Amino acid sequence: MNNSPITEDYLQAFVDEALGPERRIEVANHLANHSDVARRIQSYRRQRAALRAALAPVAEEPVPPELILARMMRAERSSTVARWQSAAAAVLILGIGGAGGWSLRPLFEPPRAGISALAQEATDSYAVYAADRDRPVEIMATDRSELVKWASQRLSRPVAVPDLLASGYRFIGGRLVATSHGPAVLFMYDDDHGARVVLLSRLMAVDKNAPMAQHSRGPIAGFAWADKGIGYSLVGHISSELLHSLADEARRQLRDDV
Amino acid sequence: MRHHAIVTAMTLLIEPLIPALRRYAHGLMRDRATADDLVQDCLERAISRWHQRREDNDPRSWIFTILHNLAINRMRQRQRRGPHIPLEDADEGSLFTSPPQEEGLLQDDLMRALYGLPQDQRALLLLVSVEDLSYAEAADVLKIPIGTVMSRLARARERLRRALEGEPNGMAASGAHLRRVK
Repeated sequence: MNNSPITEDYLQAFVDEALGPERRIEVANHLANHSDVARRIQSYRRQRAALRAALAPVAEEPVPPELILARMMRAERSSTVARWQSAAAAVLILGIGGAGGWSLRPLFEPPRAGISALAQEATDSYAVYAADRDRPVEIMATDRSELVKWASQRLSRPVAVPDLLASGYRFIGGRLVATSHGPAVLFMYDDDHGARVVLLSRLMAVDKNAPMAQHSRGPIAGFAWADKGIGYSLVGHISSELLHSLADEARRQLRDDV
Repeated sequence: MRHHAIVTAMTLLIEPLIPALRRYAHGLMRDRATADDLVQDCLERAISRWHQRREDNDPRSWIFTILHNLAINRMRQRQRRGPHIPLEDADEGSLFTSPPQEEGLLQDDLMRALYGLPQDQRALLLLVSVEDLSYAEAADVLKIPIGTVMSRLARARERLRRALEGEPNGMAASGAHLRRVK
């Protein structure tokens, strides 16, 4: 039966129930003939069971809210931002970011209102709709006037579609999106190489006029601002420099149009 | 990978492991708040590094490695600060759900003995005995050869046994040592 010696490794594996059935029986027979070893191994087995029992309640209790993955993924970027908050504030105080009417300020997680909330809604909408290869928009660019009419009715404001073609982004259409702050209009653009950006706009109760602010969640960047009671957020999974210039262009056109 | 794909993948592969990550951290760190703090750091790091992970990499070994490395750093920092922050700063009573008499006493002894182990032995013992990692997976997480896994495991179990059964070179000695550090 005992064709190879029972080493300490086998004894440990016996404790961990990591042996195949034959080896297991060999070890058991060995232990039956060596009571001193058997006592030690029995003690290890009790130890293992006791450790498992002692720590089991930790794994059985509900996961604390701060360790819920979905929530963490939502908050990830803002916590990074928060860490740099004071540094960023110092930079702003030093007057950087004033050129061309720009004011980039970080958005902080709580409270969620104003363009900070809009930024979140736009990022959520981007995640859902831009990834959709079959039906990203409800109304295609070919029915642009119908889309504009519908959106203007729902927002009770004239809505214009910025043209980003000069920057390489073709307007492909849009849809209405529900937010906790009422209906929002989503316009989508595509660079014909799979990269999309989304412009979400809605009426603002808070932040009726807000300078442009950068926001991001994971790899998804965005720029949000508000003019004359309408908030905008342009979101995409592209470099923030490019997105920044697209947002600048969109804002310029919207200011001219509205 | 697009953001929603990352969310989906992590929800499927990492979320189910969170209770085990907490259990491991609590076994390592003795202080509950510190342990959960560590898991939070670990998950944040996992989120930001998910895209760097090799697709064929086992998510469990991957995330346990992240957690383990963070724990090691944390314990080193704590040791370096030694004289200022007592090693036994945790209120032991708050560590584990309160004991019904005799069983509770045994459990307190067990946990005290566990925390009395050198941290490399404690880590391995927890990964193998409690988290059910294979010896190969534990070797991977701890970045040690499998031979070292086996010998260290044997030492850890023997040391814990001696501590619990009151034999020399065990708990009494290491407990005294800890108190001296404090």
